[in-house]
Amino acid sequence: MLNNNNGKDWILKVENLTKIYGNYTDNTVTNTGPDLGTNICPETGSIVACAEISFELYPGEVLGIVGESGSGKSTIVQQLFFDLETTKGSALLRPYNGGKVNILEESNQKKRYMRNHLMGMVYQNPRDGLNFAFSSGGNIAEKLLMAGLFHVGKIRERASDLLSKTEVPVERMDDLPAYFSGGMQQRVQISKAIANNPPLLFLDEITSGLDVSVQARVLDLIRSLQRELGVAMIVVSHDLSVIRMLTDRTLVLKNGRIVERGLTDQILQDPQHEYTQLLVSSLL
Amino acid sequence: MIENIKFKNSYNYAFIDENTKKEIRRKLLKAVCIPGYQVPYSSPEMPIARGWGTGGLHVTLSIIGKADVLKMIDQGSDASVNACNLRDFIKMTTGCETTIDTREASIIQTRHRITEEQLTDKQIMVFQVPQPEPLRMVERYEYKTRQMHAESDYAKMWLMLYEAYVKWGDIMTGAGYPVMVNKRYIMSPSPIPRWDVPNLNHSECLYLFGAGREKRLYAVPPHTSVEPLEFDDVKFHIENFSAVHCASSGYNMAFMDEMFQDDGITKKYYVNDSNFLDKLIAKEEVTQHSNSYLKQIKDAQQQ
Repeated sequence: MLNNNNGKDWILKVENLTKIYGNYTDNTVTNTGPDLGTNICPETGSIVACAEISFELYPGEVLGIVGESGSGKSTIVQQLFFDLETTKGSALLRPYNGGKVNILEESNQKKRYMRNHLMGMVYQNPRDGLNFAFSSGGNIAEKLLMAGLFHVGKIRERASDLLSKTEVPVERMDDLPAYFSGGMQQRVQISKAIANNPPLLFLDEITSGLDVSVQARVLDLIRSLQRELGVAMIVVSHDLSVIRMLTDRTLVLKNGRIVERGLTDQILQDPQHEYTQLLVSSLL
Repeated sequence: MIENIKFKNSYNYAFIDENTKKEIRRKLLKAVCIPGYQVPYSSPEMPIARGWGTGGLHVTLSIIGKADVLKMIDQGSDASVNACNLRDFIKMTTGCETTIDTREASIIQTRHRITEEQLTDKQIMVFQVPQPEPLRMVERYEYKTRQMHAESDYAKMWLMLYEAYVKWGDIMTGAGYPVMVNKRYIMSPSPIPRWDVPNLNHSECLYLFGAGREKRLYAVPPHTSVEPLEFDDVKFHIENFSAVHCASSGYNMAFMDEMFQDDGITKKYYVNDSNFLDKLIAKEEVTQHSNSYLKQIKDAQQQ
């Protein structure tokens, strides 16, 4: 499954990504971290959600980010999807201006363009990704409308394609997502995220609220979509079995820092950092 | 003794003081410069409550001069209570001439209609607007709608139209159909019927909009493109009255009122624009607004 960096260039390059809540000084980052076991700066009381995060993502690759709750996993993808403002750091996206500009410092209009054309996001809670006042077809239509498709017939065709691909009954296209089960809502969200064929997809704890059999089907769906569309993904999860099933490469996060990185199999078989060892050994 | 004339009149010409009128005119100039953009303004106190036509009054009173001739209509009628009272008020404070003849007027203040009769480049139409923000239906926060306008992020508006089509098989918005002005801003045309919306496009006259309660002014200058929002395959259309005829004039190519008769069962139709109806009955010559939508209905009828 490892089809990535054989000579190909990265699609996303993140350097020194840092998010701090509250006032901070030059010492804030060095005063916190996994070695000190805290992400609260003793001097200023500010909270370091994540710091000095650097990684590269290659086309078609699936990168996992794992860690306990509060370790900064979601903060990373939310910054990359522009839901949160970044404190410091840069991110380069190859399909946008050839990867020469820091996308985190672009204008809102350009950020919206990237969100609509180059990225997709699936949140843990479908309420974050879907508008429950609009039909499920309408939610997908929103993405297509934002990309400038103003033909109701074509929008409905594309929406029904996407829904059948994600195994949502097409007859229920015009129903509100509020009337759907959790698994179906999640699949509608996935349809919305991939509506414009983005080269990059973020999945933030997508199976966490679902029961085991539904989890398996959603993961299956993601895997088949990944194989079919060849989209690069960042999968955030606290669940090592999700990471094992989906990802090629993994970053392990603690107190907002990367404590270990490497091939997923390697990390699960032979964890080096003591925190990763703890994580793997506590796997049921 | 030099007589103090300051307190001879209990109010200034056109009621509002000169500085405030100047401010409103400045804001109107800005509105004309950026068609469809909502300009915040002072919305000074008036002897009627905000939201009862104060926006239109502010605009009219700021631009009216001694030579102007005023016409005041309320949903097409010169004789409704709102129209009469506002007309009397403006006449009392300015001494200007008033008329009910659309052709004679230089300023026409209106509530929720555009006249059927074609307007000229010598005329200004002033609208009373209850809700100037077309995006309010999809976004309740002002700071967000302003941001959406600034970035022309109108997907939510389009989504609302899509949802209407999915739910009812058509876009059901009747009054106040959202329009795209000068290919830049989505604007609420105030609650005029669909029938009137195409008449905003590339008009001869100047259209000014005042929303007193919401404290916003906006404008559509002459010869500006005003396009109703529509999909590539789901089109905007206007009300079709070709099947019914006015009970007074027999005409069927105008916006109609539906009147239930005393028996409560039968209904009759009357041309809504009262001055236009008068002229039809008197068989005077009158040039109606023309647009492609009206032409379609006329062509369909002739076949």
